[in-house]
Amino acid sequence: MAEGVLEIEDSNFEAEVLQSEKPVLVDFWAPWCGPCRAIAPVVEELAGTFGDKIKFAKCNVDDNPVSPGKFGIKSIPTLILFDGGEIIDKVIGIVAKSKLEEMLNKV
Amino acid sequence: MKNVDYDLVIVGGGPAGLTAGLYAARARLNVILLEKIVPGGQVVTTDWVENYPGFPEGISGPDLVQKMTAQVQKFDLNIETNAVVSMDLSEPIKKITLSDRVITTHAIIIASGASPKKLGVPGEDTFYGKGVSACATCDGPFFKDSVVAAVGGGDTAVQESLFLTKFAKKVYLIHRRDKLRAEAILQERALANEKIEFLWDSVLTGIQGLTDVEKISVQNLKTGDTKDIAVAGCFIWVGILPNLEFLPELVELDQYGFIIVDANMQTSVAGVYAAGDVRSTPLRQIATAVGDAAIAAFSAEHYLENVKE
Repeated sequence: MAEGVLEIEDSNFEAEVLQSEKPVLVDFWAPWCGPCRAIAPVVEELAGTFGDKIKFAKCNVDDNPVSPGKFGIKSIPTLILFDGGEIIDKVIGIVAKSKLEEMLNKV
Repeated sequence: MKNVDYDLVIVGGGPAGLTAGLYAARARLNVILLEKIVPGGQVVTTDWVENYPGFPEGISGPDLVQKMTAQVQKFDLNIETNAVVSMDLSEPIKKITLSDRVITTHAIIIASGASPKKLGVPGEDTFYGKGVSACATCDGPFFKDSVVAAVGGGDTAVQESLFLTKFAKKVYLIHRRDKLRAEAILQERALANEKIEFLWDSVLTGIQGLTDVEKISVQNLKTGDTKDIAVAGCFIWVGILPNLEFLPELVELDQYGFIIVDANMQTSVAGVYAAGDVRSTPLRQIATAVGDAAIAAFSAEHYLENVKE
């Protein structure tokens, strides 16, 4: 069942992402970032398609500086696919939906 | 008239593509706009637009795109997220290979835009997303109270360097000449900005660091001296390259690889038009892109009238 895109914070990043049973795609974004706004609907669409097997989350880097710092994020949007607490793949900047689908099909 | 999927296919969803789509949709053509990522093109990464008429206070790039998209949606323009892989333009009915199928059309408007050019210096790829960037609006705030470098001397380099000064405590603007190419008003602002230090007649020769950018090497072309400067970020705005990986050789290009068009925006192939940054033109602005696109759509409409007779 598709669950949409979950808002996560530094406080529950460990539990929701690193400890998640399902693979998780985290969209690191901020309100001031134009390309982040542009890619958000694409991520939502993907959540509709892949929601059964992958958890979709977004992390506002302004409100939650710890998690992006931990993963060395200096450019947004950055999308990271986690599985079992490990980074499986990472995409920086806006990319085609097909490229994200390719990444999501890895898990 | 032979069966085709579309009268007109527009490739690209930046200001040129969206404007062509607006005119074509209002002309009631059987049209589709193909956008490989999301509508907006380079405007999505533009912090602030203040030379596009109608917005006296200025408007953010993403907001402008949103308005342009809303306007075409009002006229039910068919927009599909899909990438053009190749084109066969050898017959009057053109074939376009997409990522998942082949479509046929009488006319095409190529508005696929351009992408930031790379410098090709050591470290540029390694540190991409780790301090190397071409998008100040995406990454500027990560460099709060840091020292950063910017490379270039055109409108983009100067405008985005000014944006960076909102966050960074210092911006080195590295330019290979001894004066800027940017609009006079942007030059005035940059030259008056105390946070910007100009490194004239200089080129970036390398980017170094452990995991993230830590320093850059800059060579002064007049003296030949190279010095290292500690920076946390390096923004590169040294021009653009046309997005034309799908284009067959049939279409004539200029020496820089941009499409040559006539006054009707027609390329060397009948029924194929180009508009916006992708075409050979002395000026690449939102205002020029939308003008090109209106002409291209008008020309395509007339071409279709003749084809259909």
